[in-house]
Amino acid sequence: MPVPILAARDVRKSYGRGPTRFDALKGVSLDIVEGESIAIVGKSGSGKSTLMHLLALLDQPSSGVVELNGRDAAGLRGSNLNTTRNQTFGFVFQQFFLTPGASVLDNVTLPLKIAGVRGAERRRRGMAALAQLELADKAKNKATDLSGGQKQRVVIARALVNDPSVIFADEPTGNLDTATGAVVEDILFDLNRSTGITLIIVTHDEELAARCDRRVYIRDGLVVDEATSAHHDAHRGHGAHAGAAEQPADGDGEVAA
Amino acid sequence: MNGFDLIRSAIGNSLRSKTRTVLTVIAIFIGAFTLTLTSGVGTGINDYIDSTLSSIGASDVMSVTKTPADAQNDGPVEYDPDSSTVESDRPAGGDIEAITSTDLDTLAAVPGVLSVEPAVSVRADFVQYDGGTRYQSAIGELVPGMSLELAAGEQPDASASDDQIAIPQSFVEPLGFADDADAIGKTLTIGITDAQGTQSTIDATIVGVSEPGLVGGTSAAPNTALLDALHQTQSVGLTEKAAQTYASATVRFDPDATDAQIATLKADLKAAGYDGVTVEDQIGSFKTVIDAIILVLNGFAVIALLAAGFGIVNTLLMSVQERTREIGLMKAMGMSGGRVFGLFTIEAVFIGFLGSAIGVVIGMLAGTLANSVLSGGLLSALPGLSLVAFDPVSLGVIVLTVMGIAFLAGTIPALRAARQDPITSLRYE
Repeated sequence: MPVPILAARDVRKSYGRGPTRFDALKGVSLDIVEGESIAIVGKSGSGKSTLMHLLALLDQPSSGVVELNGRDAAGLRGSNLNTTRNQTFGFVFQQFFLTPGASVLDNVTLPLKIAGVRGAERRRRGMAALAQLELADKAKNKATDLSGGQKQRVVIARALVNDPSVIFADEPTGNLDTATGAVVEDILFDLNRSTGITLIIVTHDEELAARCDRRVYIRDGLVVDEATSAHHDAHRGHGAHAGAAEQPADGDGEVAA
Repeated sequence: MNGFDLIRSAIGNSLRSKTRTVLTVIAIFIGAFTLTLTSGVGTGINDYIDSTLSSIGASDVMSVTKTPADAQNDGPVEYDPDSSTVESDRPAGGDIEAITSTDLDTLAAVPGVLSVEPAVSVRADFVQYDGGTRYQSAIGELVPGMSLELAAGEQPDASASDDQIAIPQSFVEPLGFADDADAIGKTLTIGITDAQGTQSTIDATIVGVSEPGLVGGTSAAPNTALLDALHQTQSVGLTEKAAQTYASATVRFDPDATDAQIATLKADLKAAGYDGVTVEDQIGSFKTVIDAIILVLNGFAVIALLAAGFGIVNTLLMSVQERTREIGLMKAMGMSGGRVFGLFTIEAVFIGFLGSAIGVVIGMLAGTLANSVLSGGLLSALPGLSLVAFDPVSLGVIVLTVMGIAFLAGTIPALRAARQDPITSLRYE
């Protein structure tokens, strides 16, 4: 059994104190293996977003441990934590969170800018990420001038630009119509398959969840069910074999870097 | 995010909401503009006083008069038939006791006094050029080291043996010269009456034309040789004792003397029964008043700037509010709180810089314009005075002060932004 890239060990999270205390998570354990696609499924208020925030190291659990590559993430503080967030994770949000006045390229290269990458290099990598999502010709447009599907592709380009090992997608298709949503889904799953990037999708959409290798159902702060897709399992088995030659040794090294 | 990107992003952000930034910049502009003008007026007037100072006298010279016997007492002074009085030409004047050759010896013995010369005062009847119209003119005294503000020619040479004189600019045309330069080298005839009532004339070469100043400059300035000649002519018929009484004496002291040393010298003179007044003393009170006025005006400008500072706080708080999600996103992507703080304070400092730089530049333009308008109109009687003058150091201080105020104002919203929790910010709708 390989060391999971992300793991939650009996994680609890509560907000407030005394009578107003609210337990968002009541003891969740979860292993996420490098290269898999996993859906965290639940209704709003189920605690699925809180779980994502904890896994993405944006928040700290009240008790329990979040592990990154087998190490307790609570040990990461200050600039180490910021560097880890910057280099390990990419985010795709339902509401896009694009800076309206800035150009598409500037939006995409924001993580590189935060990492302190120089202008020319930033531009090159930004253009490469945009080309990957067939948006190279929109680089100079303002982010506000794009359609919903284009915006979400820009967001995916932004999530990819710093070469992360994990992409968190929070209701990635929530703001898109069915056809555009399907295109965005295809892009995400293609990335997962072709580059071995770990995909964590938070959603209440059963159809989207069904496309993932694995589904974790959350209700009232507890994992109520887990399912592995036979179809995808077979498919993934295929992919794992295909990737086995290049992935395993490479995978660990990449994460540690 | 490296420093360069941080500054670029901050400037970019400040230009994103143009109307709001422009309004804040205008508020700062008003303060900086006012501050530029008030400090410009202060510099201008003080420069003028300084240049006037050097034209009325050298800095190592003290004018000494005898202290009236009961000067400390209020009320009338008892008549003393033994003490003679001379009429003083000093503006603070009135009759004062005359200084005699005995007094000159006493003064020379006071420690710190390098030399004592009697202040010779002469009264010319008229000045005339080439048989033209005769004009009344006061004859000033040129102390070595004193310099005139010259419109043409050069300073009268104190050590020259020939008779030289500098005439005020206002005499150039009435005397019949074409212009300032035309007067140089010409011979001026000075009419003077001696104690016996006989009028005689003395010729002197015009070497310079002096610009009118605040205090001096309205009288003709002879060199030492001419002054002695005039004094001798004027004293014909006086007894030796009368010829050797003077209204005041000029005491020279070490040019490097500190204020404390000058104060000691004054105290020593006072103890010996004399009052010593330096040129700075005479003019210093002007400067004190002007400095006080400028201080009050600067105070108003600073109040305007403080108000503008709150404008910056307001602008940036709105900006932080608007960009809540953006800040949350950047923090989620690993931007540190310190960088977020930097981003907003740099934006504040940039707004402060814009406002103050524009204020200083427009202030300088307005000051220059005011100078040219005023020197042709209201202040034409005081040539040489440029009401508004700019000193690069104080302009730099204005810009830096405003940027400092802007930074302080920016810390409030910047702290709020830096402390934002990424999750809460991203949930914000």
